[in-house]
Amino acid sequence: MSMATIPQLMNSFTDSLQTALQLIISLDSGLLAIVGRSLAVSAVACALACMLGLVLGAWLGVARFAGRTVLLTLLNTFLAVPSVVVGLVVYLLLSRSGPLGFLGWLFSFKAMVLAQAVLVLPVVTALTRQAVEDAEGVHGEQLRSLGARPLMRSLLLAWDERYALLTVLIASFGRAISEVGAVMIVGGNVDGFTRVMTTAIALETSKGDLPLALGLGLILLGVVLLLNVLIALVRRWRERSEMGLVGFESMGDAPCRDEKQAIATRVVEVIS
Amino acid sequence: MTPVFELTAASVHFGRATTAVRALTEVTLKIHPGERVALVGANGCGKSTLLRLLHGLAAPTAGQAGCAPGVQQAMVFQRPHLLRLSVQSNIALGLWLRGMPWGQAKVLALAALVRVGLIELALRPARKLSGGQQQRVALARAWALNPQVLLLDEPTASLDPHAKREVEALIDEFASAPSRMTLVFASHNLGQVKRLASRVIYLERGRVLADLPVHDFFSGPLMQSQYPAAHLFVRGEVG
Repeated sequence: MSMATIPQLMNSFTDSLQTALQLIISLDSGLLAIVGRSLAVSAVACALACMLGLVLGAWLGVARFAGRTVLLTLLNTFLAVPSVVVGLVVYLLLSRSGPLGFLGWLFSFKAMVLAQAVLVLPVVTALTRQAVEDAEGVHGEQLRSLGARPLMRSLLLAWDERYALLTVLIASFGRAISEVGAVMIVGGNVDGFTRVMTTAIALETSKGDLPLALGLGLILLGVVLLLNVLIALVRRWRERSEMGLVGFESMGDAPCRDEKQAIATRVVEVIS
Repeated sequence: MTPVFELTAASVHFGRATTAVRALTEVTLKIHPGERVALVGANGCGKSTLLRLLHGLAAPTAGQAGCAPGVQQAMVFQRPHLLRLSVQSNIALGLWLRGMPWGQAKVLALAALVRVGLIELALRPARKLSGGQQQRVALARAWALNPQVLLLDEPTASLDPHAKREVEALIDEFASAPSRMTLVFASHNLGQVKRLASRVIYLERGRVLADLPVHDFFSGPLMQSQYPAAHLFVRGEVG
């Protein structure tokens, strides 16, 4: 690159940035539609993946059966599957000649939701499994002693690890909203229907419309930043809660001293 | 009298056959209703494994281990494993897991908290209590189950002296109640064994080397002549 082109590039970047900020500030309808669709696709996909992944992961954390190690190795392998491969598999499933072709979902909102759900399912399952398995090591024997069977143990331990799992949910949403390959393949990037932030950025950059691409990039960055802030807040709240710094009275369900005294008196009366 | 527990040449091994850890080897014993049995021995001698075997948390790899049918058991561990729930809910959970409706379980949990003197903490998050209070909650959870047998795995090992005394007094109260609860506990504290137990079982490397009434274990003439290993252990601990 010659020295003369650097200032030109810088000018182009600052111009694009300026236009991008204007698009964001003016709440451009096209921009908002794409952002809204992205958030909706990823939120629905994560909700679906979490419904299945939390239960499956919790059960895997507690259950012991032949072939478990192989299953866990496969699960961990799926963590690293590129999103384009997930997109390709879902495309083949949903294509007219595929086993799910009769649904007619290809190049639709539903197809993108399915692809992202498949993408984040291993993330939710694997991280939940790890959290619950660690908790099983600590509390499992006590729960077994109380009579809890494996499925009940897994659900109780998942509830006990709810703060850790909240972080898992936020992280999986981050993975879903920032991927481009799967939604590009199964959604087709159809303007007004299946165009989401990441596919729009790819398209607008290839067309040379840098301000829109940059604007979307900034919003995507903002969403990821917000998720990171949320994770940090959850972690901090959890640490404060664990250390006992969150006051008893701030827990919501805590009664006042008189109410506690009344409960104590009532119970003593009943027992005596 | 029908024993509560009966072990016949029961062994528990962990791991593969060639590299197995022999936690218990050919243990034969009977425990009768109302007995207060202390399991003593050095770390790794098999006390906890024996408790787990009696409670059904471990299965014998050889021999037989049986519990009289219909006997309600509860176990308290060295660390009180309480979930991120209120104190009351932690106790109610044990009852609910045994089939009691949640509302009724919560009422009985309050009764158990009265029993251990922690009723004012009923709605506090359980994990925020002190170690001694948490262990008392664990005892309340066990007591609420109305067990005929209470198994305790070094229940005061991680507590300060004051909390130790409180928890020990509670265990003594439970076992002295009219129901004459059978008590089986592992302990390193021989003073505690003297105060709580009526019978002492000494284990070494997974084998029962002595099984005597508490008086004979600590001061009887048999110890030095017939159970030299147990005698040395007691002398090392108390003398």
